[in-house]
Formats: sequence, structure tokens, C-alpha cells
Amino acid sequence: MTSHPTASGYNFAYLDEQTKRMIRRAILKAIAIPGYQVPFASREMPMPYGWGTGGVQVTAAILGPDDRLKVIDQGADDTTNAVSIRKFFEKTAGVATTTHTAEATVIQTRHRIPEKTLGPDQVLVYQVPIPEPLRFLEPRETETRVMHALEDYGLMHVKLYEDIARHGHIATTYAYPVKVEDRYVMDPSPTPKFDNPKMNDCAALQLFGAGREKRIYALPPHTKVVSLDFEDHPFEPTKFDHACGLCGATHTYLDEVITDDAGGRMFVCSDTDHCEERRAEGHRGDLLGEAPAEIAGAAE
Amino acid sequence: MTTDMHAPMDMDTPLLTAESLTKFYGARLGCRDIGFELFPGEVLAVVGESGSGKSTLLKLLSGQLEPSGGRVLYRMRDGVTRDILALSEAERRFLFRTDWGFVHQHAELGLRMGVSAGANVGERLMAVGWRHYGRIREEAESWLERVEIDPSRIDDRPTAYSGGMRQRLQIARNLVTAPRLVFMDEPTGGLDVSVQARLLDLVRGLVADLGLAAIVVTHDLAVARLLSHRILVMKDGRAIETGLTDQVLDDPREPYTQLLVSSILQP
Repeated sequence: MTSHPTASGYNFAYLDEQTKRMIRRAILKAIAIPGYQVPFASREMPMPYGWGTGGVQVTAAILGPDDRLKVIDQGADDTTNAVSIRKFFEKTAGVATTTHTAEATVIQTRHRIPEKTLGPDQVLVYQVPIPEPLRFLEPRETETRVMHALEDYGLMHVKLYEDIARHGHIATTYAYPVKVEDRYVMDPSPTPKFDNPKMNDCAALQLFGAGREKRIYALPPHTKVVSLDFEDHPFEPTKFDHACGLCGATHTYLDEVITDDAGGRMFVCSDTDHCEERRAEGHRGDLLGEAPAEIAGAAE
Repeated sequence: MTTDMHAPMDMDTPLLTAESLTKFYGARLGCRDIGFELFPGEVLAVVGESGSGKSTLLKLLSGQLEPSGGRVLYRMRDGVTRDILALSEAERRFLFRTDWGFVHQHAELGLRMGVSAGANVGERLMAVGWRHYGRIREEAESWLERVEIDPSRIDDRPTAYSGGMRQRLQIARNLVTAPRLVFMDEPTGGLDVSVQARLLDLVRGLVADLGLAAIVVTHDLAVARLLSHRILVMKDGRAIETGLTDQVLDDPREPYTQLLVSSILQP
């Protein structure tokens, strides 16, 4: 939570004010129509497509000098993508940053929703690679737009049907399609379906930015978000047979980590902040103390 | 969709009426001044050589193309006759996946090649709100059987099917919601004769069993003779002769129709 000297020659948070206005207008429209993909004039950002250009633009447009920013990538604060985006805003906006979920006012994420329940004064910004949930079934953009407009969503169930026919159960584990407020079908970005229930009735504002595809969509606080399913094959969030090796948690999303070349592996929380917090509270996993420092992290 | 499947049909009111349909592509003529009535359970064949406007007519009738003049009226399931063009896009789509079917000459156009046969047949059911996997699958299996596809191949993709099987799958996919009208564009095109014969047999049986009305576009007079009750002969965008199929084929009046009939190879 320290302030940083900003780089000179840049506007606050990198984007110019006109661009921010344009993005904010798109965000407002997205909030007004939950789940609807609003086109926006996505800018070139100083990072390649696929590294969060959409999320970064949304964050830049909503960030104020008093905000505290947290950036996670697959739940972790210390992975390349998270570190570089955090540094980017430290440098261009001089905002305070944090790794603690509870202290952040803006959280930019790739692939995860933090384990800690989000509050009404927080905004979660998702980096989205492909915003169109119908894309792999219907390649024509003109057609998918009409399908959204007419609520013509039979095709989405064709995909789920195909999953069951092929695997015996709905095998989609990430980017699991949801229906928003009984109207728009939405791609929740490649978050694991484990996180889908957290989107429903969430107190925080959720914004989705897709830079390459030039779309913004949103879930206002306390929006109804339902994962699609069949009556005889209901939606089930991912369950794990293991507890976290470091903090012993059994209710979190776990990453499998290979620890040696002799088949050794362990399961750890993907949300590093949550895991560290639990360890600080005195929770102990089976492998705490044995695990390599690279996995156990700074809290060791 | 299941409730009014067997609702009594008014057999004396036309199901579909075409009124002086005309289509120009710029200065070129697609078809001109075509009118007819199609009654429930009736099969109409549209024959003519390539470029005679058959496909244009089919697109106009099915609302996929806007006519330059004239209109198409359709009697909906609730008994109200409506102008196809005046329907909203949502209504037209709903019509297309419930009360209508469209069988393409190339099955690849009418099928989703990337998903299994079961999903292909089930798509319309899911589109009208079926949400029970087991029941969708049962319905798909029973339809595969009806079109003589081994139900054990339900999870195969159409890419693994032969041309004849694809065409039968396309028919099953269209008929699963019990439509009242099916448009067919050269349904036997590109199939070898024995496969053609089986397909025609199947279609004839289904049309009779289900009381389907159909508009079949074909350049093959044998197909017209086998399937249709009435025939409409097209040349240069105009309907030059209409009548009962056997009457037109056995006793053609127009010189062009005579030419057409006499040009069939006699084995």
C-alpha cells in the first residue's frame, strides 16, 4: 500500500481523457443492460493482445487517485501478468496497490474470482479473451448478434448436449455459459466453473473487458446469474478430493503443482492471498514446512 | 410444441398462398408473376432447368428473400393467415424451427457438421425449450430409426456419415418438431440412383404418415412423379404450366414441357 512515483509524459492511468470517457460510456451502457456485449473503440495498449488489454482499459477508465488496486492472474498476485499490470498502473497512475483482497477497491483478474466474498465498495474487472459464448458454434458475428437480440439460445444447449453425449456429463469446466437476469447468455470469461456461483448476487460491480474483440459487458451488484444446464444433468461446481497442502482449506479452488520429477505433486490454493491469510490465522496444511519456497511463497 | 401437433387441420383453406410473386436481381429477372395455392398435406413439385428461377421461388416462398412484387400468405397454427414478410424476424425464426422445415440439396448446409447426429436432431427441440437431456435423446433416437439410421450412430458426427445418411439425418432434424410444411431443394441431388430410390421411398412414407405439405424443387422429373401431387413447370422465370403431376407428365401441353418430358432417358 505504498504510493509510487509516476512516469512523466503520461496522462493519469495511461489513457487520455477522451478515451476514458468513451470507455466509461460503454461501461455505463453495459451496466444498464446486464450481460449485453457493448462494442467499444478498443485502443492499442503497450502489451500484446491476450495479456489483458481489455481489462487494462476498463481499469484505466474507472481508476481514481484514491483507489487501491489488486491484480491477480489465475488467483495469484505474483505471476508475470499480475506483476506487470500492477507495475503498469503504479507507474502511470501512481495508485496504491495491494495483494489483500479486502483492502482493494479495484481488482483486475484473469481466470479467478477471489475466495473472499467481495463487498459493495469493490469492483472486479475481468480480462476476457473471447466474449461471445456462441462463437464456437456459430462463427458469423452478424448471426450471433441476431441470436442475442432474439434470445435464440437453443444452440447453447446443443453444446452442453454434445458434452454429455461425449463425456457422460457436462465436461465444460471453464468459460461455463451463464444466463444473466433471465435474458442474455454470457461467457463469464475463462474462469473455472467453480467460481460461477460467486457471480450470482455478488455485492461488487463486475466489469468484463475484451480488448482484441472490442467488447465490454457487465454485471451490476446483486445480478441474477444462473449457469445453464439440463433438468437431468444439473450444474455442479468443481469439487476437489484434496485439501490445500499449505493451509488445509477444503472449500477453495486448488492448483495441482508438480514438485519433482519423480511424480511428486501437491495441491495448493490458487488464491495466494487467501491461502497466506489462512496460514497467518494459524491454519496448517499437511505439507506446510516441506513444500519448496517457490510454492509456499513469502508467508513461509 | 407438442400440444397442437395433432390439432385438427382445416383442409379446405390453403396453407400457403403465393400471389403474383416477382423478383428482379437488378435488371435481371429471377421469377415473374407466380401464383398458386398449397393445401395441407399436398406436395407441389417445382420443375424446370437450371436458371429457370426455381431456387429464387423457393427462397421467396420461405421468406429468405424479399420479393420485388407480390406476397406470400401462410396460415399459422392458430388458424390466422398472415403475410410472411410482415412477420417479425423473431416470428419468422420461430416458424422456421417449428412449423417449417428446409431440406437443402447439400446436407452440409442444413446440418451442423461439428456436432453429433443426436445434437443435430435435438437442436430444434432445445430451441423451443426442451431442457431434459434424456427426453431429447430418446426423441432423437426414435427419429433416427424412422429415417433408417442405426440409433447406435447417434453420437457420430455427420462427417462420418455417407451422403445418403446425411440427407436422411437432415430430414429427421427438420421433422422432429412436426412441421406442417417442408421446403425441399433438390433433395436427391448428388446421390446415386439406389440411394435416391430409398430416400424417395422414405420421404414419400413420411409425407403420407405425417400429413406434411411440401414444396419440392427439382430438375428430376422422376422425383416429381414419385413425390408430388401437383406440378409447376418453370421456364425463364415464369410458370408456364401447372396441373396434376400425372396429367402434366403424361400429357404435356406446352412445347417446353413436352421437350422436358421427352428428354428423359428411357433405360
